[in-house]
Amino acid sequence: MKRLLICFLFLPVIAWGAIDTYEFKDEESRQRFHQLAYELRCPKCQNQNLSDSNSPIAADLRRELYRMIQEGNDNAQIVDFMVARYGDFVLYRPPVNQMTYLLWYGPFGLVAIGLIVVFFVSRKKRKISESGEDLSAQLSNDESERLSSILEQEKDK
Amino acid sequence: MRRFFLFIPLVLFVAIGIFLWKGLQLDPSELPSALLNKPFPEFQVSSLYDETKILGVDDLKGEVALVNVWATWCPSCKQEHAQLNRIKAEGYKVIGINYKDDRVKAKIWLEKYLNPYAVNVFDQKGLLGLDLGVYGAPETYVIDADGVIRYKHVGVVDAQVWAKLKTIMDQFKTGGTGS
Repeated sequence: MKRLLICFLFLPVIAWGAIDTYEFKDEESRQRFHQLAYELRCPKCQNQNLSDSNSPIAADLRRELYRMIQEGNDNAQIVDFMVARYGDFVLYRPPVNQMTYLLWYGPFGLVAIGLIVVFFVSRKKRKISESGEDLSAQLSNDESERLSSILEQEKDK
Repeated sequence: MRRFFLFIPLVLFVAIGIFLWKGLQLDPSELPSALLNKPFPEFQVSSLYDETKILGVDDLKGEVALVNVWATWCPSCKQEHAQLNRIKAEGYKVIGINYKDDRVKAKIWLEKYLNPYAVNVFDQKGLLGLDLGVYGAPETYVIDADGVIRYKHVGVVDAQVWAKLKTIMDQFKTGGTGS
């Protein structure tokens, strides 16, 4: 029983996507089909791409994608066709434009802000530690005697 | 100056809070139509009632109208059908696009629940739907007299949605063709 269970553990977990049978004229168009179906988003199901989704609209769009590839359209034409109907939403890789500057360059901005903060914080720390040494060097004789007597007392405890 | 820096986290918190709060109110299933303020796509599709009659975009023009994408397989379409009948009764033009449906079933449906549509386009393969950017019935568009798409609503048209659509339709009726 145990062995059987262990065997089950090693069964591959398969995520079934939608399966269509399309015949392509050559290997290159087959790969383009898969690449585009991977990059285009299903408008109905939102968090799936065309190749993952089983919804009727995704099937329609795959059929349309297949037709356009077989007719010899290039990737840009196909993407334009989809965007003209469903908007930028269908692109999992959104175009760089005014609307998406923040999306594309925001992370770099955040890293820059982070670096600036780190720089200032570390500079401040260094200042404090430097000035701290200066302070200890400035202890008067009285003070250093008191300090050592306190330390002695602590030791005795 | 230093005190000011102490407020940065609070300001950040408030800003992100507002951002996320707004995000909560958004309906992620509602996509803006890519065809807004663009002419209704060209098509050559037969009429639901008359197979031999080929309808085109010119058949939709001439009057501000609602274009309703519907199908008998779509439960929400049944839900909104009574509202569409009321809209027709109010004197507004409703055009139907019968989307990926069965001709016989669609005719029976219209007999049973009454027919609010002035024209019914029989888009069996969903090709017109594809050009329109339809991703799920029911969808309802407002088009002006020149056949330019002015508004898109995805989902059931109820009294509340109709109130909104109506103001948009009235605006384009009185305002002429708009821009």
